[in-house]
Amino acid sequence: MEPLERYRPIIDDFEAFLAACERPLGNAVRVNTIKTSVERATTALEEDGVAYDQADWNPRVLRLETNSPGSTWTSFHGFTHGQEEVSAVPPVVLDPRPGDRVWDCCAAPGGKATQLAALMDDRGTVVANDSNLGRISALRFNAERLGATSLAVTNDDARNYSLQRFPFDEFDRALVDAPCSCEGTIRKNPDALDNWSPDHINSVAGIQKGILRRALQATCEGGTVVYSTCTFAPEENEAVVQHALETEDCRVVDFDLGLEYAPGLAEWDGETFDAALERAARIYPHHNDTGGFFVAKLEVTA
Amino acid sequence: MEDDTTDERADDAERELEQNVGQRFGRLPETAAERTVEGRASREEVLEFFADRFAIPPATFDDDTFWEKGAGKIWLYSGEASTPVEIEAIGMTCLRTRQEHWKPTTDFVQRFGHHASECVIDLDREQARRFAAGEDQELAWDGDWGYLIAAHTVAGEREPLGVGLYVHGELRSMVPKGRQRDL
Ligand SMILES: C[S@@+](CC[C@H](N)C(=O)[O-])C[C@H]1O[C@@H](n2cnc3c(N)ncnc32)[C@H](O)[C@@H]1O
Repeated sequence: MEPLERYRPIIDDFEAFLAACERPLGNAVRVNTIKTSVERATTALEEDGVAYDQADWNPRVLRLETNSPGSTWTSFHGFTHGQEEVSAVPPVVLDPRPGDRVWDCCAAPGGKATQLAALMDDRGTVVANDSNLGRISALRFNAERLGATSLAVTNDDARNYSLQRFPFDEFDRALVDAPCSCEGTIRKNPDALDNWSPDHINSVAGIQKGILRRALQATCEGGTVVYSTCTFAPEENEAVVQHALETEDCRVVDFDLGLEYAPGLAEWDGETFDAALERAARIYPHHNDTGGFFVAKLEVTA
Repeated sequence: MEDDTTDERADDAERELEQNVGQRFGRLPETAAERTVEGRASREEVLEFFADRFAIPPATFDDDTFWEKGAGKIWLYSGEASTPVEIEAIGMTCLRTRQEHWKPTTDFVQRFGHHASECVIDLDREQARRFAAGEDQELAWDGDWGYLIAAHTVAGEREPLGVGLYVHGELRSMVPKGRQRDL
């Protein structure tokens, strides 16, 4: 927990935050509405004798009271997909519509890409990209198990992504669920902080800036880009969005979210950020008893 | 008919191999007359197969396109793409055609099998459990032999489990290894 000490000044009720980070996380699943309705999925869970608790902010997110969420009929049928509760936030903030062209820049293993397809009623095009070939097979497996017919899989570096193979030259929306230092996954992976270092944060921040810039360039004017990470480090969050504001035509916009969260930071370590960064959300583990996440919503202005 | 229970196992191996080669997908020609690739099925033939064998209405796929990866499986896609396209995947695998008996995939049957009304075999919970675990089982069935859609009842409605091969009084589960579950 040592690396988290530096957040003491910015996190309200820091002791509650640390205590939440020590607690293991429960099992959450997302109902895959490509294959069934929330009502039918919950009835099927009841038939299986699996108790669940529906998230207030999103009826498609269920917390299960079972140690083996993979061995239920709902899972076999692809009615549900194991996905951490906060991990279901970025696609909801991106808010894609049926028929949209959506780019998920860093998509493997596909929890959010398939959620995007479901939010679009599996109509439109979701381009699910990841640079890591080893993770592409998990992405493909999940897409097929969940029946996402609108999803295309590519294996490229998002920083210099080309749309050349598609019959369109820009996206309506993009999700940048960036590679990060993963501090917010500590409840799921107790060793998440083992390789923590300022150098690692700085190098991953460079990659994040490159991916976010490309996503903004590849999105049409008036289109939306959501930037998210599962880390608390401001260098990988506000500072990355700040860099995008300075280099691309975009602005940070508000969004509604029925979860508790803190606003984005106005400054960190001597650097001040655009006031609009307060519109971003910092979701801490003690807020809603989840993992940690950062989400910012941007609009492309030219 | 020929025994090809090993098919899905071959599929798993193929999946491993394919991981390393981004491949070329070509869109199926509308009809056999427009065919340019040797041995490639047409969209019309694919729709006919689903209608003849399972009574799935062709209109089910009005918003979808069918693709073949190399000379391999047929994929179903509802997004935009130009043909041919070099890509890791588009949509989902749905059918294996380059063999005597065409064979739908488990994932396709789970996604579209509720549109079927023929060659669907209804299983009780215990039979469904064995099917999902990949086991073969002796069952009575007085319809056609060959590939069937196995289904059971979930939350009051018929729900397809996957593809089974029915021969000699036995239903063989074709659920690929990675999709099998002990329930
Ligand atoms: C946080 S994970 C994505 C999780 C995924 N969105 C989901 O919901 O299942 C970040 C991903 O970014 C990928 N990645 C890292 N660098 C990349 C780059 N330059 N271009 C594209 N993807 C990259 C990693 O391979 C990793 O799979």
